[in-house]
Amino acid sequence: MKHIVIIGNGISGITAARNIRKRSNDNITVISGETEHFFSRTALMYIYMGHMKYENTKPYEDWFWKKNKIELVKDVVEKVNTESKQLVLRDKGNLHYDVLVIASGSKSNKFGWPGQDLKGVQGLYSFQDLQLMEENSKNIKQAVIVGGGLIGIEMAEMLLTRKIQVTFLVRENEFWSNVLPLQEANLITRHVRSHHVDLKLNTELKEIQGDANGKVKSIVTNKGEVIDCQFVGLTVGVSPNIEFLKNSGIETKRGVLVNKFLETNVKDVYALGDCVERKYELPGRRTVEQVWYTGRMMGEVVAQTICGQKTKYEPGPWFNSAKFFDIEYQTYGNVWSELKPNETEFYWEHESGTKCVHVIWDKITNQFLGLNTFGIRMRHECFDKWLREKKSIDFVMEHLAEANFDPEFFETHEGEIIRKFKKATSIISQ
Amino acid sequence: MKYLKPLGLALFITGFAIFNISFFWSSYQLTPEIVKGKISDERKATTLLQEARDLIGTDASSNFKFVAALSAALDKVNENQLSVFGFTNQELDQLAAYNKEKFSIASVDSVFKSENEQNAFKRKSFKDYGGWLDGQATSREQIQNVADNIKKYGIVNQFGFDRYAVKDLKYSLTKASATSPVKSNPALFLFLTIGLCIIGSLLYILPKLQLPAGIKNNGVFFNAMKNVQWLGILTGSWLILFYVLLYFYPEYMTNWVIMVDPVSKLLSGNEAGRFFLYGFIYTLCILVMGVRMIINYRHSKYQILRTCSVMFFQTAFAFLIPEIMIRLNQPYFDFKNIWPLDYSFFFNNRIDTLLANGGLGVFMLVWGIALIIIAVPVLVYFFGKRWYCSWVCGCGGLAETLGDPYRQLSNKKLSAWKIERWMIHSVLVFAVVMTAGVLYTYFTNSSWVFFFDSYKLREVYGAFIGAGFAGVVGTGFYPLMGNRTWCRFGCPLAAYLGIIQRFKSRFRITTNGGQCISCGNCSTYCEMGIDVRWYAQRGQNIVRSSCVGCGVCSSVCPRGVLNLEVKEEDGRFGKAILIGNNGIRLAD
Repeated sequence: MKHIVIIGNGISGITAARNIRKRSNDNITVISGETEHFFSRTALMYIYMGHMKYENTKPYEDWFWKKNKIELVKDVVEKVNTESKQLVLRDKGNLHYDVLVIASGSKSNKFGWPGQDLKGVQGLYSFQDLQLMEENSKNIKQAVIVGGGLIGIEMAEMLLTRKIQVTFLVRENEFWSNVLPLQEANLITRHVRSHHVDLKLNTELKEIQGDANGKVKSIVTNKGEVIDCQFVGLTVGVSPNIEFLKNSGIETKRGVLVNKFLETNVKDVYALGDCVERKYELPGRRTVEQVWYTGRMMGEVVAQTICGQKTKYEPGPWFNSAKFFDIEYQTYGNVWSELKPNETEFYWEHESGTKCVHVIWDKITNQFLGLNTFGIRMRHECFDKWLREKKSIDFVMEHLAEANFDPEFFETHEGEIIRKFKKATSIISQ
Repeated sequence: MKYLKPLGLALFITGFAIFNISFFWSSYQLTPEIVKGKISDERKATTLLQEARDLIGTDASSNFKFVAALSAALDKVNENQLSVFGFTNQELDQLAAYNKEKFSIASVDSVFKSENEQNAFKRKSFKDYGGWLDGQATSREQIQNVADNIKKYGIVNQFGFDRYAVKDLKYSLTKASATSPVKSNPALFLFLTIGLCIIGSLLYILPKLQLPAGIKNNGVFFNAMKNVQWLGILTGSWLILFYVLLYFYPEYMTNWVIMVDPVSKLLSGNEAGRFFLYGFIYTLCILVMGVRMIINYRHSKYQILRTCSVMFFQTAFAFLIPEIMIRLNQPYFDFKNIWPLDYSFFFNNRIDTLLANGGLGVFMLVWGIALIIIAVPVLVYFFGKRWYCSWVCGCGGLAETLGDPYRQLSNKKLSAWKIERWMIHSVLVFAVVMTAGVLYTYFTNSSWVFFFDSYKLREVYGAFIGAGFAGVVGTGFYPLMGNRTWCRFGCPLAAYLGIIQRFKSRFRITTNGGQCISCGNCSTYCEMGIDVRWYAQRGQNIVRSSCVGCGVCSSVCPRGVLNLEVKEEDGRFGKAILIGNNGIRLAD
């Protein structure tokens, strides 16, 4: 029996462990320095807001691991020795592996701002970050968040539930406009503002200022504005957490470099999830993808490979989702922040200004390329199929109602969307 | 606007405090008129007046003192009558001596030969209760048994007060004897208690309209009320106490019943009973907390319609129509209550009442049976059990409104699911056996079915399941174990609906491809304790007998993963499949 050791108990590592267990009787050990049990990282915000307790964020009951003979070790891996196949753990000494799976996730970015290590300045990624945030935000009145991405908006929502005034510095012209087309970015920008977040667009952080106790007291923007605050959230992205691999012989660049089979340059060492950088291109995908779904899919793939059925990591059409305060967002296929030369678009927005649908297709072939939907739930299954089958935009619009996944009795908008789509496209074709 | 919420809270607390104070705020004076008004048998009335003479003309300062004295007087009456009419050991020895070989019923006449009332009773009752001994070899013990039965059933019934009469008299005499500010001004007190609570609650709830629509579970797990902390425990204890009083000691809560007398008279023309009070408060809870539910979920049409539906069915079907039926001299009937939740539907007194009421009564009987054998399976097939549990049912209605703040307290463990299946199906079996026994008795007039007494069985069911489980535990445990404790672990109708939902229905909760992020909101807020996430994260339809289709899992899902759907049955029990990953075949 092999000893398969997995570093990291996030969605990637745990998916790998569970799927290996389904296929083999090998010994499986999962090491994490973060928490004893797997929990859903995406639910951290709900613990802070009081929607859930930490217990509620664990997808499996604690007996599950023993029952499935997955050994859990709470410790930090300090070094990997690929020659002797040994891990050096901070507390528990050396651990031998036959197969190593690296799923060590990310860490928050810090870009060397003056004052970035003051007390009260932090990112939000780990369970420890959450505990720190709990402590840092106690009895404070004002907070500043830097960086207009998904974690930033979560942090804003979290802090508002504690009645803390939030100023949000975003480098772009509209919120998340490096990812979203302008129309959606604008819709979300309005929504964020409707929640009384002081959203400062085109604004960057220049400096964080502390008081005599080394605690943050204000920040200075690139426009020279000084904003008082007792908390600064740095949410300017995350990068692979791979420092412990230094000198291990495992090839890394931004992340751990892997081939199509998620193999690293060292035999019997695999890597997956946030910490990975693909050596090869996949159309429409970045080489480092820090997304829940990516980690999960890689876990499924690597488990098959380790259990003898060598499988390439070939994700299907891109999909993702998020929630911005009260507005849900789903995306299927590729909708870039700016149209590519071969692309054309149709955008519909509900009169309430809180729902919209944005479709992209190929100008010449009419092939449907992607959709963003805000405030209307749509079926993953439909779009997955249509994208794989390269359906035309007309087909997709004709069948749009089939893809609706809103609860019963919800107002439907497909009729209006299709009518406006037809009107818009007929003008174009004239 | 800022002050509305605290003002509402203050009004609610004031109203609730007056309500509790009014429980104690009364003195009691029994009069011969009251006794004679409540006991039609003149002789019984006189004997009670004799024993309760200390209560006549003097004020008892509290319900506890008054009920204790009244209780003692009623016991004393029974005790006296038993000593007057009971068989002495000597008499029984004599009877045994007469009948050494075989029992001859004629010997009774010889033992009790002198002509007086006692002997006349003894002769007649022994012949009634012991007639079957005639001509048989009989032991002293058997003779003793007959005498004991006469004591238990005959004497107390004829000359004293049996259990039911004692319970009823304690309540009705106490209510009639009360002299209190509440009694002089019931309408005023109704306003100062329940009225203030309603106004306070609404003022507390309405400012939520200022917040943007959407899921706002902020602080639920920091809240002393919603997280089994001091306030929740206190609330649960109060509710439990209320239910124990209501079902088992109603004589103490007469002041509360007096408050709603004017409402009852307005509706049915009768004085209020304790269950009128209960129904009245119950309906108001559903209405007021229904408003809260609608405001909280105003972004979801499904939740709005569902809540309006339970508010309507409770107000019209459970509360108003039955009262109006009484006003029209028709039988009390709740057209939406279904056996076996309505466990007394087949009790002989109810069937007799319906049959005695001509066409309408027969219609009600047929309607009730049609609900059981047609409406349940057909509607569950097309819509799932939610058509009843979270759209129509009164218990469900209360759980979805008053109980909504506690939905996150249901236990999601696998072990809890196991216990749930054993418990709820046991109650269903119990209800079916009990009802079969009751019907057997109805058609044969024999109370013994195999080895049990159907009267005893229905009594046990009523006390332990009907009152104890559905009432005391069902609602009292809202703040302790979640709002669907009864529906999940105890309701036999839910079990019946659930069996059909599991095996023959178009209803299921579908999951949206690979979009689940395992956050756990769905499981946390499932009031039935279903670990929804378990299915969602592996892309499997949720087909569970217990799901009441409240739709909250779908509402709280931040990624649009869950949807309640009715579709063709094919593929309902779909394999776990997560979309979006080529080349992966999931192992089982």
